[in-house]
Amino acid sequence: MDNVIKEDFPENRIDHMQYLPGMEVLESEIQQKVIERMEAYDYNKYTEKEVREALRYEVCTPEDFEALLSPAALPFLEEMAQKAQIETRKHFGNSIYMFTPLYIANYCENYCIYCGFNCHNKIRRAKLEEEQIEKEMQAIAKTGLQEILILTGESRKMSDVKYIGRACEIARKYFKVIGLEVYPMNTEEYAYLHECGADYVTVFQETYNSEKYETLHRAGHKRIFPYRINSQERAIKGGMRGVGFAALLGLDDFRKDALATGYHAYLLQRKYPHAEIAFSCPRLRPIINNDKINPKDVHEAQLVQVISAYRIFMPFASITISTRECERVRDNVIKIAATKISAGVSVGIGEHIEENDNVGDAQFEISDGRDVKEVYQAIQKEGLQPVMSDYIYV
Amino acid sequence: MSERNKQEDKLVIGGHSFDSRFILGSGKYSLDLIQAAVEHAGAQIITLALRRANQGGMANIMDYIPEGVTLLPNTSGARNAEEAVRIAKLSREVGCGNFVKIEIMRDSKYLLPDNSETVKATEILAKEGFVVMPYMYPDLNTARDLQNAGAAAVMPLAAPIGSNKGLCTKEFIQILIDEIDLPIIVDAGIGAPSQACEAMEMGAAAIMANTAIATAGDIVQMAEAFKLAVKAGRQAYLSGLGRVMEKGASASSPLTGFISQ
Repeated sequence: MDNVIKEDFPENRIDHMQYLPGMEVLESEIQQKVIERMEAYDYNKYTEKEVREALRYEVCTPEDFEALLSPAALPFLEEMAQKAQIETRKHFGNSIYMFTPLYIANYCENYCIYCGFNCHNKIRRAKLEEEQIEKEMQAIAKTGLQEILILTGESRKMSDVKYIGRACEIARKYFKVIGLEVYPMNTEEYAYLHECGADYVTVFQETYNSEKYETLHRAGHKRIFPYRINSQERAIKGGMRGVGFAALLGLDDFRKDALATGYHAYLLQRKYPHAEIAFSCPRLRPIINNDKINPKDVHEAQLVQVISAYRIFMPFASITISTRECERVRDNVIKIAATKISAGVSVGIGEHIEENDNVGDAQFEISDGRDVKEVYQAIQKEGLQPVMSDYIYV
Repeated sequence: MSERNKQEDKLVIGGHSFDSRFILGSGKYSLDLIQAAVEHAGAQIITLALRRANQGGMANIMDYIPEGVTLLPNTSGARNAEEAVRIAKLSREVGCGNFVKIEIMRDSKYLLPDNSETVKATEILAKEGFVVMPYMYPDLNTARDLQNAGAAAVMPLAAPIGSNKGLCTKEFIQILIDEIDLPIIVDAGIGAPSQACEAMEMGAAAIMANTAIATAGDIVQMAEAFKLAVKAGRQAYLSGLGRVMEKGASASSPLTGFISQ
């Protein structure tokens, strides 16, 4: 019975809608509005007529966004991509921003059944010491990159806020732009990390369907759905300049999740007009000990549909294309709507430097292993301009 | 226009004079096209977001700006006067000179300038010896405040940035041209050479454009088209345009023709 995980039985799981002690309760209307809209979204009711209208008008309303995410829009994919491209060029010109993620720890207290870092998955765990973080950052900075995204597994015990803050302070020495993709935290903790040098926070909601969310996130702090969905708002209140949104496409009904992701960002930007908005568009990938995980019904066409719809709905938002996608897809998506691309990516721990025995396994399988120079050249080949920095810390 | 006037028709900003009345943005190009765009536009001033100036790193925009061109660093990324002042000072420290274009936005969607914070930043930077060129929403009261705060020029927007929609704020820019004793440089939203020409015919001192050229099919040709349009508009303005009739042709004296001599 050693292999039995008690949370695999629903009766043993905690209430995913109840905040745990220490979690800040934010009085915000955004969660309710997003969920209500998503639940009311009947994408099968849309026809060619609504899609054509959505493509014709300059301003894309939430209703138009719904039409663009519907199955009726798929035959209009080329038109959507072309409109998305025009909007991208208007707002970003030829610029494609480059960055790399740095995983500093992969300890995790959550049990999310699709994630390689989940606490029951038997992988090598590691946490970089300060000196190692510095060495990794030095190695990354040497490649010419000036933007870094710091990631940890979600373990407050092993990677506390002070530890993440120290990593930000070290990063300030080598990089101009620092983003974070770590566990959700309270406003004052975001404020502390902002003081340490971080300006951007990304939190993947994974799925906005709370019932599905409950079945996938079976234990740990991440299980608390409302605490996660309000992370971006707490980050902005804590002084962060920008926040990133994503649903992990393929976990649940991707059309509803994409709608909720876009509408969540839309409402937050309306409430905090200065907030810079970013989207990521990850699809499910295989993990260590489970190579059968796949993005199900989210094929390349559906991915391009979602990305194009995000761009048309929020033309000013940054869109990142992940190494979860292959070279061919990434090089084409930057021509349509993506404005940010990672390069020289390792999703394991301690892999940027040689002679390091403190290494941890990867979160998922990457599909594009090109280094910075190769991605740089690929961007140029498409007639676009790689940009290392478009940010000044003030 | 006499030959003498032609020779003296310079754009003067903060005591510096320029022959060209076309200011080029630099933020949306492939870097290797910047030099050709500058040359074909005949531009003598080029704007540069300090946040893009990647000191010593790969793809440093500074390496692609031709020598002899006056840099006009902007404070994009600033959300208030304090941040704009810090960026301007940093820009001077890294050798970008004394010119600064103030851009303060606290709206990530439309990137509309914050006029009141812009006035505050102008006052501080003008006192510190900067040649301050504030980007603003065309409002007469703000323009007067900017003038009193020591601005060297005023840069009203024609339309939302990147929109290529042309002179949407035409009437209000005309008021600034008529009332403010500083060069009025139309910035943002100019999408076609004809629109640049029209603004110059109105009496604008110069035009600034970025997206319209950077997103053109042939960047070099479009840069040159803008140069010619700005020149044509300026020449037309100096020549004195004929008055525009509001409604069709009119009889010479429909109401007073009865009066006997």
